[in-house]
Amino acid sequence: MITIALIFSAITITPILAGFLSSRREKEAGPFISNHVFGLTFSLILVVVTILISLRFGSLQITWGTAWNAIFDYDPTNQGQIVVRELRLPRTFLGLAAGSCLAVAGALTQGITRNPLGAPGILGVNAGAAFAIVTAIYAADIVTPEGYVWFAFFGAAGASILVYSIAQFGNGGATPVKLVLAGVVVTALLGGWTTSLLILDLETLDEARFWLAGSIASRGTDEIALLFPIIIIGLLLGVALGKQINILSLGEDIAKALGQRIALIRIVAGIVIILLCGSAVAIAGPVAFVGLAIPHMVRSLVGPDYRWIIIYSLFLGPCLLLGADVIGRLVVRPTELQVGIVTAAAGAPFLIYLVRFTKLSDV
Amino acid sequence: MHYLAITTPTLQRSLTVLVGIFLTIFLIRLADHIQPRQYTFRWQNISSRIQLRVVWLSLGATIVIIVLTGIGLIVGDYPIPASEAIATALWERNGEYDFIINSLRFPRIVVAILAGMCFASSGLIFQSLINNPLVSPDIIGINSGAAVLAVAILAAGGSTEHLPWAAFLGALLTAALIYLLSWKKGISATRLVLVGIGINSVLGAIITFITIKYPIERVVAAARWQAGTLFGASWDDARTLAIGLLILLPSAFFLTTRLKILQLGDETAITIGSKIERDRLALLAVASLLAALAVSVVGPLGFVALIVPQAARLLVGSITGGVLIFTALLGGFFLLGADLIAQRLFAPVMLPAGVITATFGGPYFLYLLARYNRAN
Repeated sequence: MITIALIFSAITITPILAGFLSSRREKEAGPFISNHVFGLTFSLILVVVTILISLRFGSLQITWGTAWNAIFDYDPTNQGQIVVRELRLPRTFLGLAAGSCLAVAGALTQGITRNPLGAPGILGVNAGAAFAIVTAIYAADIVTPEGYVWFAFFGAAGASILVYSIAQFGNGGATPVKLVLAGVVVTALLGGWTTSLLILDLETLDEARFWLAGSIASRGTDEIALLFPIIIIGLLLGVALGKQINILSLGEDIAKALGQRIALIRIVAGIVIILLCGSAVAIAGPVAFVGLAIPHMVRSLVGPDYRWIIIYSLFLGPCLLLGADVIGRLVVRPTELQVGIVTAAAGAPFLIYLVRFTKLSDV
Repeated sequence: MHYLAITTPTLQRSLTVLVGIFLTIFLIRLADHIQPRQYTFRWQNISSRIQLRVVWLSLGATIVIIVLTGIGLIVGDYPIPASEAIATALWERNGEYDFIINSLRFPRIVVAILAGMCFASSGLIFQSLINNPLVSPDIIGINSGAAVLAVAILAAGGSTEHLPWAAFLGALLTAALIYLLSWKKGISATRLVLVGIGINSVLGAIITFITIKYPIERVVAAARWQAGTLFGASWDDARTLAIGLLILLPSAFFLTTRLKILQLGDETAITIGSKIERDRLALLAVASLLAALAVSVVGPLGFVALIVPQAARLLVGSITGGVLIFTALLGGFFLLGADLIAQRLFAPVMLPAGVITATFGGPYFLYLLARYNRAN
C-alpha cells in the first residue's frame, strides 16, 4: 500500500513540478539552468542514482550490499546477486540506451516538425515495428526476443522512410504539415493490418501482446549489443545537429535567408531519428511519452536552445525510462507492470498540466 | 441456380472490389463535372442558399448506397438470386431465404449505413469546430473511453447484454471529463485537443494493461470488439441508431450556422452577438453523442470519422448544412463498402470492417490529398 501511495504521489508530483517550472519560466526571463557545468554534473549524478536504484529495487528484495557485491565482488551462488547480475544489470543498460534514444529523437522530431506534439510515434516508427513483429510471429513463427530485435528495427525504419517519401511529394519537400499527415495515414494503414493479423490468429495475439505493451525485461541482449554502434553514431550525430535545428526552428524563410540547406538538414535529421527510434523500438517496444515529455521538461529548464536541449535530453531520458521501469516493478509485486504502461499512464497528467499552466507554442 | 447468382467466392470477391472502386471513381468524376453553381431559396421569412454541387453529389451518394445495398443482399457465403433477394427484403416476408436476408444481411447493411453516418457527421463537427483536419473522436479519446469499459467487461467475462450501454456511458463520461479539464475561462480548441490526447494516452494504458492481464481467450474477444465489427448486427441495433440519428442529425444540421459563426474566430463571433461557449458546448455535445452512439453499437471504427469528412471537404468545401448531409451519406457509403469488402475479400474468413476502413481509406485519402495539391 505504501509503495502504491508513493508511486501515485510521484506520478502526480512530477507534472506539478514540471508545470511549476514551466510557469516560472513564463514570468522570468532567462532559463532556470544557466550554469551548464553545474547543470550537467547534476544530470550525471541523477543518472547514476537512477542506475543504482534500478539495480537495487525489484520484485526480489535485496540489500544495497548485495547489489554492490553483485557488481564488484560477484558470488554466483548467491540468488540475490544472480538476479542483479543476470537480470537487472542488462535491463538497466537497455533502459539507458532506449531512454536516451527516445529523448534525443523526440527533441529532433519537435525541432524539424516545429510541432509541440512532435513525438517519434507520429513518424510511424511504433506502427512499423509492431507490424513487422506481428508479421514475423504470424508468418515465420519467430517467437524469441533475439528474433524480434531486427524485425522491430527494420520495421520501424521502413515505416518512417515510407512516411518521409510520401511527405516528399509535391511542392516544398517534407514540410511539417505533410510529415504529420503522412505519418497519421501510414500509422493507420499499418495498424489496420496488424490488427487483422492479431484477430485472425490467437497464438500471434498471445505472443505479441506482451511485446506490444513495451518493456525492457528479458529482451535479446546479445542482438541488441549489435545495435550499440548504431545508437552511438545516432546520438553523436543528434548532438552535433543542435545548431542546425536551432536555425531551422526559427522558421523556413529565416533559415533559408541565413544560408541553411533546409532539405539537407531535414534529411540528415530524419536519418538520425530513424536510427535512434528504430533502435529504441527494437530494445523496448512501443514506449510512449518519453520522446514527447523529456524535450518539454528540458526546454522548461534550459530554454529554447536546441544544442542544450539535446544534450540534457540525452541524460534525462534514461532517468525517466528507468524510473518508470522501477515503478512498474514495484506497484504490482510479485508480477510487474510493463514500462510502456507506466509511461503512458503518467503521460496524461503531465500533458494536462503542461496544457493548463504553460504556453505550448514556444517550440 | 438463378443466372444472376454470383457463384464462386473469387468472382464475388473481385466483383465487390471492382464495383467499390468504380463507384468511388464515379463520385469523384461527378464532383469534377458539376459547376459550382448556387441557387437561393426563399419561403416567407426563411431563406437559404443551395449549392447545386452538394445536391447532385448527395443524390449520387444515395444512388451508390442503394446499389451497394443491393449487392450486399445478393452476395455472401450463400448466394441468393438477385430477384429473390430483393423481393425477400422488400415485400416477400416468408420466402425461402427469409432468415438469411432479413435476420443476417439486411440489418447488417442498415447498421453499417447508419453507423457510418454517425461517425462521419461527428468527425465533421469536431474537425470544423477545432479547425484541425487531424481531429476525430478517436484521437481525442472518446472512442477509448467507450473501449475501456467494453474491454473490461469482455475481459472479465461479463455479460455482453449491457455492453452497448457501458460503451455509450464510457464515451460520454470521457467527453465530459475532457470538456471539464480543458475549461479555463472558456474552451480553447487547442487545449481541448491536447487534453484529449492526454486522456487518450492514459485510457490506452489501461486497455493495454487489461490486454496482458487476462487469459487469451477473453482478450481476443476484446481485441475483436476494439477493431470494430458489424458481425451480429441486428434490427435492434439499427433501431437504436435510427432513433439517435433522427434526433441528432437535425440538431447538427441547425447548429451548422452557429458553427460557421464560430469559425470566424472568437472575437468576431462575440462581436456579432453569438454566445460562443453555449454554442460550442451544444456542438461538442451533439458530436460526442453521435460518436458515442455509433461506438456503442459497432465498436471504435476509427478511421471513418477521420477520413470521410476530409474527403467530403476536398469534394465540396467547408461545412454547411448540405455538406453535413453529404458527409453523412458519404460515411454511410464508406462503411457499407468497407464492410462488404471485409466480408468478401478473404471469404470465408471475415475481417473486421475497421481493418478495411483503414486499409482502403488511407491510400484513398493520400490520393485525394495529391489531387488537391495538384489542383492548387
